[in-house]
Amino acid sequence: MSVRRLAADQPESFAFTPENLDWAKDQLKKYPQGREASAVLPLLWRAQEQCGGWLPEPALRYIADLLDMAYIRIYEIATFYTMFNLAPVGRYYVQLCGTTPCWLRGANALKDTCRKLIGEPGHVTKDGTFSWTEVECLGACVNAPIVQINKDYYEDLTPESLEEILVALREGRKVKPGPQDGRHSSEPAGGPATLIAQGLYAEAPAPREGEEAEFALVDDAAKNPGAAASEREAAVPKPPLRDRSGRRPK
Amino acid sequence: MLKDSDRIFKNLYGFHDWRLKAARARGAWDGTKAMVEKGHEAIIEEVKASGLRGRGGAGFPTGLKWSFMPKQSDGRPSYLVINADESEPGTCKDRDIMRHDPHLLIEGALLASFAMRAHVSYIYIRGEFIREREVLQAAIDEAYDAKLIGKNNANGWDFDLYLHHGAGAYICGEETALLESLEGKKGMPRLKPPFPANVGLYGAPTTVNNVESIAVVPDILRRGATWFAALGKPNNTGTKLFCLSGHVNTPCNVEEEMGVELRELIDRHAGGVRGGWDNLLAVIPGGSSVPCIPASQCDNLPMDFDSLRDLKSGLGTAAVIVMDKSTDMIRAIARLSYFYKHESCGQCTPCREGTGWMWRVLERMAKGQAEKSEIDMLLNVSYQVEGHTICALGDAAAWPVQGLIRHFRHVIEERIDAQATKPLAPSVPVAAE
Repeated sequence: MSVRRLAADQPESFAFTPENLDWAKDQLKKYPQGREASAVLPLLWRAQEQCGGWLPEPALRYIADLLDMAYIRIYEIATFYTMFNLAPVGRYYVQLCGTTPCWLRGANALKDTCRKLIGEPGHVTKDGTFSWTEVECLGACVNAPIVQINKDYYEDLTPESLEEILVALREGRKVKPGPQDGRHSSEPAGGPATLIAQGLYAEAPAPREGEEAEFALVDDAAKNPGAAASEREAAVPKPPLRDRSGRRPK
Repeated sequence: MLKDSDRIFKNLYGFHDWRLKAARARGAWDGTKAMVEKGHEAIIEEVKASGLRGRGGAGFPTGLKWSFMPKQSDGRPSYLVINADESEPGTCKDRDIMRHDPHLLIEGALLASFAMRAHVSYIYIRGEFIREREVLQAAIDEAYDAKLIGKNNANGWDFDLYLHHGAGAYICGEETALLESLEGKKGMPRLKPPFPANVGLYGAPTTVNNVESIAVVPDILRRGATWFAALGKPNNTGTKLFCLSGHVNTPCNVEEEMGVELRELIDRHAGGVRGGWDNLLAVIPGGSSVPCIPASQCDNLPMDFDSLRDLKSGLGTAAVIVMDKSTDMIRAIARLSYFYKHESCGQCTPCREGTGWMWRVLERMAKGQAEKSEIDMLLNVSYQVEGHTICALGDAAAWPVQGLIRHFRHVIEERIDAQATKPLAPSVPVAAE
C-alpha cells in the first residue's frame, strides 16, 4: 500500500468548465441508470487534467456532488489510485518506471538524470516546468527503460536521450514520443523476423491520400496513433478527447 | 517457427494501419454475421474444442468459463468485461493489440458477448495507456459508424461496447477488484464465491476475460478450432504473444506457437542473451509473479502452461524477463517485492503486512545485513502469505521470493558471509588515537 495524503494548501473552489461538464454528462450515459458512480475514475481524471495535473480537495467534493456519492468514498478513491496526484506537479510530469524489467535495463541511471535536471522526486522546479516520480510498471517492458511524460511514453531511453528530451521540453522544442533508438514500436531492433512472408498483406491497399482524415481522432495529440509515434505532438495538456459513447441512443 | 500465415496479430508492430478498412483487408470482421448465425452454443463449443486457455495468466479454459454463464436470464442482464488493465511487470502484449489491432478485439468482444448472451460489454483499460485508449475508442467509434456493433447492427446481435479506464492500480487486474473499480469503488477484490458468473458487475452475471483471449476468438472461429488446436501441444494449444524483456540484445514482442522452446524464442527473436547464452543467469518466464528459473533449467525448455508448472514456475502472461550474469538476483527480486508492497490493496493482513516485511528483509539481504537463519524465516513467512489472502496478489508476492530462495540461496548466503568478514563501516565511531 502507499500512504497518500491531501496537500496542505488547497484552492477555494472547483468547477468543471462547461466543455468538461458536457463531456462528463456524456460519460455518465455509458453506465446503467443508478450506477453513475462508475464514472468516478474518468471524471476525477478529467478534473485532474483541468487542474493542471493534480486533484485539489474542492474537486473531490465537486465530483462527489456530481455523482451523488459520499465525500468519504471519493477521498478513498483519490488516495487509493496512484495516478491521482494529491499535490501540484510540474507542467511536464515525468513518471519514471523503476520496476525490475526497466531496472534491468538501466532505470537507475535515468533517476540520476532526473535528479540532476529536476531535483528530488516530488519536487516541482521553480518555474513549474517539471516534477518527477518513480512509478511501478508502466507496461511497455520490451521498450525498457521508459518514462511517461504527461500522456506520452518515451521508450528505449538512455540517460543522454532522456536529458535531451527534458532539455527540449524546457526550451519548448518539439520532442518525439515513443522509442528513442529508432525502433518503430515493439519489434526487435533491426527489424522483425516475423510477419515478413510474401503475400501476407497482398490484399491490403496502401492508405490513400486523404483517407487518414476519415476516422481521425478529435484529440489533436492522437491524430495519427497507428502511424509513427514521431508524428504526434509533444506532451502538452489538451482539450478533452470526445468519445461518442454517451451520444448514442440507448 | 510459426508460419506467418498462422499468426493472428498481423499488425502486431503497427507497421500497417489500425483503422477499419485496413483491418478488414487483414481479415477482421470477415464473416462475423455467419459466425453469429451458428448460435450461442456452437461458438462456445468451438472455443472449447480449440483448447484456448485464458491469456491473462491463470490459463483457465476460456470456453469452459463462458459456459458458466446463465443460458436463461432471470431478469438480470449478462455482461462481458474485458480486462485490459495490463500491469504485470514484464507484460506489454495487450498494449500492442489495442493500439495496432483494435478491431480484432472489438470483433472478439461482439462474438464472445453473443456466445454468453450479453448485450453490453466494458473494456477496462489501465489509466496509463492514454494513447492506446484513444486508438481503441476511435476504433470502437468506427465499428459503430460502420454498423458492425451497436443497436440493429449488421451482425444481428444488439451489442454496446464501452471503454472505461482505471487510474493506476495493479490490483484492478484481479477480476473482482476490476469489477469493484468499474462500479466506482476502491479496487479491493471480492470474496469468492459467489463467482462473477453468478454475481458480477452490478450484481449481474459477468465474465471477465483478458484482451488477448478475446482478440484471438474471431480467428479461431474463422479458421476453425482444429486449426488452433493443431498448433502447440495438447492442453496448451494455439499461438501466444510473448514479451521478451531484460538482458536480451533485441527485446521485443512476438507471436509464437505455444510450447516453443525458450532458447529459440530468445535467440531467434530477441537476438540472444546479452553476452551469449552462457551468460544467462535466470529467467522469469511469465511475468513478475511466477518464480524464476535458473539457467541450468533453461535448455530445451518448452514455453507452455504445463511444462513450466512442472518446474514449479508458470507461463503466466508469457512475459519472459531475462537476466544475465551481471544481475544482482537479490536486488532484482527485492525490487519486485517492493512492487507488491506498493500494489497491495491492504484488505488482507497477510498481504498488507507480509509484502512490506518481505521487501524489508530482502533489502537487508541484498546488502548482506542478515542472519542465515532469516532465509528460512523469510521462506516460512512467504508460505504464510501464500494462499491466505482473498485474491492471488498474496501468492504473486510470495512466489518470486520462494523462487529466489529455491534457486539462489547460495547467493544470499555468500553475501551474508562476505558482509560478516568486512571491517566495520567507517561511520562507526572508533577510539581517538
